[in-house]
Amino acid sequence: MAIEVNGKTLETDEEGYLVNLADWTEDAGAIIATTENIDMTENHWEVVNFLREYYDEYQIAPAVRVLTKAIGKKLGPEKGNSKYLYELFPYGPAKQACKIAGLPKPTGCV
Amino acid sequence: MILHTVNKSPFEKNSLERCIESAKDGAAILLIEDGVYGALNNTAYSDMAQNAMKTVKIYALAPDVQARGVGDRVLDGVELVDYNGFVDLAESHSKVQAWL
Amino acid sequence: MTDEMYDEEGGPVKKFLYLNRKAPYGTIYALESLEVVLIGAAFEQDVSLLFMDDGIFQLKKGQDTKGIGMKNFSPTYRALEMYDVEKLYVDKKSMDERGLSADDLVVPVEILDAAQVADLMEDQDVILSF
Repeated sequence: MAIEVNGKTLETDEEGYLVNLADWTEDAGAIIATTENIDMTENHWEVVNFLREYYDEYQIAPAVRVLTKAIGKKLGPEKGNSKYLYELFPYGPAKQACKIAGLPKPTGCV
Repeated sequence: MILHTVNKSPFEKNSLERCIESAKDGAAILLIEDGVYGALNNTAYSDMAQNAMKTVKIYALAPDVQARGVGDRVLDGVELVDYNGFVDLAESHSKVQAWL
Repeated sequence: MTDEMYDEEGGPVKKFLYLNRKAPYGTIYALESLEVVLIGAAFEQDVSLLFMDDGIFQLKKGQDTKGIGMKNFSPTYRALEMYDVEKLYVDKKSMDERGLSADDLVVPVEILDAAQVADLMEDQDVILSF
């Protein structure tokens, strides 16, 4: 599978995750978001960017529980809770936000 | 002359030890993959490699050294080579003996 | 009443020890172990990691795998704390044989001698060996 971004074809796996991390751009993230039926707001991007930074530092996409805790630490308790994150990403913050962030599926997600 | 390659850690297998015992004076030993742990200073196997270098030349594959984060621990006298250097070594020796 | 701990679903919390004895890139054991630890963390058990023999090298600072085309997973050990995996131990003899000290490692560890290792293992409900 693949997606088209600004005339470039980016390879994805059968679930829509980018195959090559380095392919990601904000435009690519925006296009993946449309396939997930998500209207990206500043709050969405904040989580996506957080995930990219997390991955950059630890080389993994965090489990939901860990993501929630880490977001709480960085952005405050009103954002570090699963209600907030599921409102932004109804099908699972780790899964959907990771996909939009161009990261692999979090370890432990099936 | 033979080019010997060793891809196992000396801490886990005796491949490097056997290789050194079986190498003629002037032979070359190239440490690759986990074999590069045999090229480090200040370990239980440093003396073995150090002594061997009186009669044989020891090389270590640089990308494998860097991957393992031990670049600052390589014994004096061990020469780091890249993949092209590996090919050159294989070409300049009559045969390659891989100690697995 | 006992002082046994219980997890969220009411099951008793068990003590799991992951015993890591292999160097990081020559075989798949180290990465597999790390993935099992991360997945297993969801079950909120009492987890310890013990690094022994060449397993110590998994934690060596300064790993850079660009040249071998494999993923450098050493930064991930620093994320374990956030997964509530906080008990990281290394075997003293293995450290000494390799000329390594705690400063050479990417995470804070507790160094155990042979008797302490034996006690740690005896104390576990389950030992997973990689």
